[in-house]
Amino acid sequence: MTADPSLLPLGELTEALATRAVSAVEVLEACLTRIRAHDPAVHAFLRLTEERARKTAQESDARRAQGQARSPLDGVPLALKDIFCERGVETSCASKILMGYVPPYDATVVERLHAAGAVLVGKLNMDEFAMGSSTENSAFGPTRNPWDLSRTPGGSSGGSAAAVSARFVPGALGTDTGGSIRQPAALTGCVGLKPTYGRVSRYGVVAFASSLDQVGPFAQDVKGCAHLLSAIAGRDERDQTSSARAVPDYAKALGRGVSGLRIGIPPEFFGEGLEAEVEASVRACIAELQKQGAQIVPVSLPHAPFAIATYYVVATAEASSNLARFDGVRFGLRAQGAGSLGELYGRSRDQGFGAEVKRRIMLGTYALSSGYYDAYYLRAQKVRALIQRDFARAFAEVDCILTPTTPTTAFKLGEKSDNPLAMYLDDVYTVPVNLAGLPAMSLPCGLSKEGLPIGVQLIGKSFDEETLFAAAFAYERATTHHTRAPALG
Amino acid sequence: MPIADFEPVIGLEVHAQLLTQTKIFCGCSTSFGQEPNTQVCPVCLGLPGSLPSLNRTAVEFAVRAGKALGCRIQDRSVFSRKNYFYPDLPKGYQISQFELPICLGGEVTVPLDGGGTKSFALTRIHLEEDAGKNVHGEGGSEVDLNRAGTPLIEIVGEPVLRSADEASEYLKALRLVLVYLGVNDGNLEEGSFRCDANVSVRKRGADKLGTRVELKNINSFRFIRQAIDFEIARQVELLESGGRVVQETRLFDNEKGVTRSMRSKEEANDYRYFPEPDLPPLVLTREFIDSVKLPAWLPLTAAAELEKNGVPAADARTISADQALVTLAFDVLAEIRKADPAADAKWTANALLGELARALNDKAIDLAHPKFTAAQVAEVSALQAKGTISSTAARTVLAELFRTGASPAQIVADKGLAQVSDTGALEAVVDAILAKNPSQIESYKAGKKNLLAFFVGQAMKELKGKGNPAELNKLLKAKLGE
Repeated sequence: MTADPSLLPLGELTEALATRAVSAVEVLEACLTRIRAHDPAVHAFLRLTEERARKTAQESDARRAQGQARSPLDGVPLALKDIFCERGVETSCASKILMGYVPPYDATVVERLHAAGAVLVGKLNMDEFAMGSSTENSAFGPTRNPWDLSRTPGGSSGGSAAAVSARFVPGALGTDTGGSIRQPAALTGCVGLKPTYGRVSRYGVVAFASSLDQVGPFAQDVKGCAHLLSAIAGRDERDQTSSARAVPDYAKALGRGVSGLRIGIPPEFFGEGLEAEVEASVRACIAELQKQGAQIVPVSLPHAPFAIATYYVVATAEASSNLARFDGVRFGLRAQGAGSLGELYGRSRDQGFGAEVKRRIMLGTYALSSGYYDAYYLRAQKVRALIQRDFARAFAEVDCILTPTTPTTAFKLGEKSDNPLAMYLDDVYTVPVNLAGLPAMSLPCGLSKEGLPIGVQLIGKSFDEETLFAAAFAYERATTHHTRAPALG
Repeated sequence: MPIADFEPVIGLEVHAQLLTQTKIFCGCSTSFGQEPNTQVCPVCLGLPGSLPSLNRTAVEFAVRAGKALGCRIQDRSVFSRKNYFYPDLPKGYQISQFELPICLGGEVTVPLDGGGTKSFALTRIHLEEDAGKNVHGEGGSEVDLNRAGTPLIEIVGEPVLRSADEASEYLKALRLVLVYLGVNDGNLEEGSFRCDANVSVRKRGADKLGTRVELKNINSFRFIRQAIDFEIARQVELLESGGRVVQETRLFDNEKGVTRSMRSKEEANDYRYFPEPDLPPLVLTREFIDSVKLPAWLPLTAAAELEKNGVPAADARTISADQALVTLAFDVLAEIRKADPAADAKWTANALLGELARALNDKAIDLAHPKFTAAQVAEVSALQAKGTISSTAARTVLAELFRTGASPAQIVADKGLAQVSDTGALEAVVDAILAKNPSQIESYKAGKKNLLAFFVGQAMKELKGKGNPAELNKLLKAKLGE
């Protein structure tokens, strides 16, 4: 057995736990040791729940000893983006307005992870209310990219990506509204999956943009993501947008291979702004899949260039409404000294929200306002329908679509902070997928000359995560990108 | 120009709480009068991360109301968010329906005093959630969210009412239908049935509507008339003195009987409605819509049926104002008709509006848990029809039956209410009376025919009131040579 069980990728760790080559307690302690050693520099975690985690790990070991493991995840240490409500554990969304807020209930995915026997070790940093692409919009300060501490891990699930990339935990959950799982996964060299809209319950996940938000897993390996998705997916009566479709055992799809698989390549995703190194790695990935028997087919997604504009109307409109409940009345920060109700609202929200959140609330409020609704919100919905149609047409020809995940590798902290539009454009390849509600995965496909990870994105048909897992696993097995770890201290 | 030269135009918006056990988007109880903030959960508190799940019964109730009011039930409707800030609104938005409501069209039909009915068109009915309540006390303001998330239907009327009286009658008729349907308790005071009125005036004959004012806080039928009448007079006076009506929301002050400005159009919220992304469109199948059943009788159909069966219009309307009375009336009638298929409903109506109403007035009985059965009431009718008891005695039996549920025959026996109809027994009494009053016989024969009543009275006295009056009349007339 390897000396440090925290270094095992999730897919292998589940086997080591099953054969009892390692115990849950050993794995947990190894993770905590690593976190203590390196998280002060990375700042992936906002808080640890060590005592709870130890108790859960011991219970898991007891189950394993009785041969009563609940699932492959039994005893696996995991961490959660601070957007998931966990009963009794502060859930802040990295916002000042929710600091100290302790939810009285568990999100459905948290319940499901408990039911699977997973060991939850803490809450991870993020952009405030999941609004951002660098984790710099956290009220607790930024997370750093384990591959280069002067760079961002991406966002908004930057803490989740950094924690998995740094081998603090073998798996984590994030949310993806416009790329918030895939972009940080790409920039930190992890596998990250945004499932089909409706595949995973959003109940207990603090909402950013309800029609786009989706929960998904991070892991070092494809198999790990498959186990995580199998555990959290499925209908939840408390989320009426969740799908009743049966949940397959995604791990079983891994060995299917790519022979005969038709993979679409849209030229719109290989144009201006794409770094040459990124393109080269992605093209190499295409060549590898082709070598394994995949059929490469050009497809067109002509409305994709309008996705960013569309997204920033739809997402901000929904956000402006979703964030109305943070008013200082029932929970979270309440400004002192307000002389009227209006002042209480104004001051609490002014003091509690960061600049990017305020910007998006204002954008969204404007888009929904009387007299502007048709020109913005309604128009955006029409474009959204066109983008969905583009994908539907493409998927008549192919089984999945392959693109770069991001146009560039990880950027420096502060590099785009003063230019929100430049920051928004980092999600140019991921956002169309959310607008169409489709599943998509980012997986590592190389390192730049500077030693920074590069990600490739696979986009699937609605509810066809299995094809993504099969293609990703075939690629992963033939390459070693996923085994490269950042050198920390 | 006098007030009569102006035509008021009124449209009502009614919010009716649905009588579901649980709230519209969560499993919390809807029971009224509990300790503040005890009927709450993450969903109705609007806690971060919570999501709404639609209550199927609330949908069924809305469809029931829509069917009863003749609306077009929509197979696809969409929930929307109505955004505004207020402490009693935990999410900062109300989940309502906006562009695509669950019911379109329909009408409220009102009975007219002189007979007949008049119908007033509805625009729509939509489903939405109620807000909580702000409680203002000495130590500051507090919020009770027990009511937050109670299901409501909003019934929006077209501006087709032309007087305060019409508005009041419309409201009464609508309330009664909802109560009949079991979807609302019709309680204006507790606010489970609330009304806002849009009021404008225009010169008679004018096509264009005047500027409208929305009146809020009207919680009784008397207040709706007062509020509207005050508002009509205020607007007419304003126009008469060369002023203009300002579009605004006004509150009715029920102590002073006046309306006062609450907020102007400029201060009105921009609600920024947009489709609720947390709830898929509400799609109703034909099977579901068909499965929603209406009660056997609605107020107007019940009144019409009673009238058709011989009950005077006013009495029929009185009975139809109470669903329990209607049910009982038709149950009793059905029992009576088992013996007498041609029986009309007059006797039944009289029994219900007479002795039953008296017992209800005295709070001696509870119609929700009656001690008597319809069959027993019909038995009293049969005893009277057979001549076993007089109509006076029948009333006594009914009074006792309603209060105790004792068997009518037993009551008759216990109270000695049976009439003497036996010809032999009656003849003996009649003969004795005639023998004692020869002079009266003379007078009668001389033409004082009203002395017949005297003889009947004497005989009745002798029989302690239990003589069958019809038989006595017949016998006396025969003996007196007619």
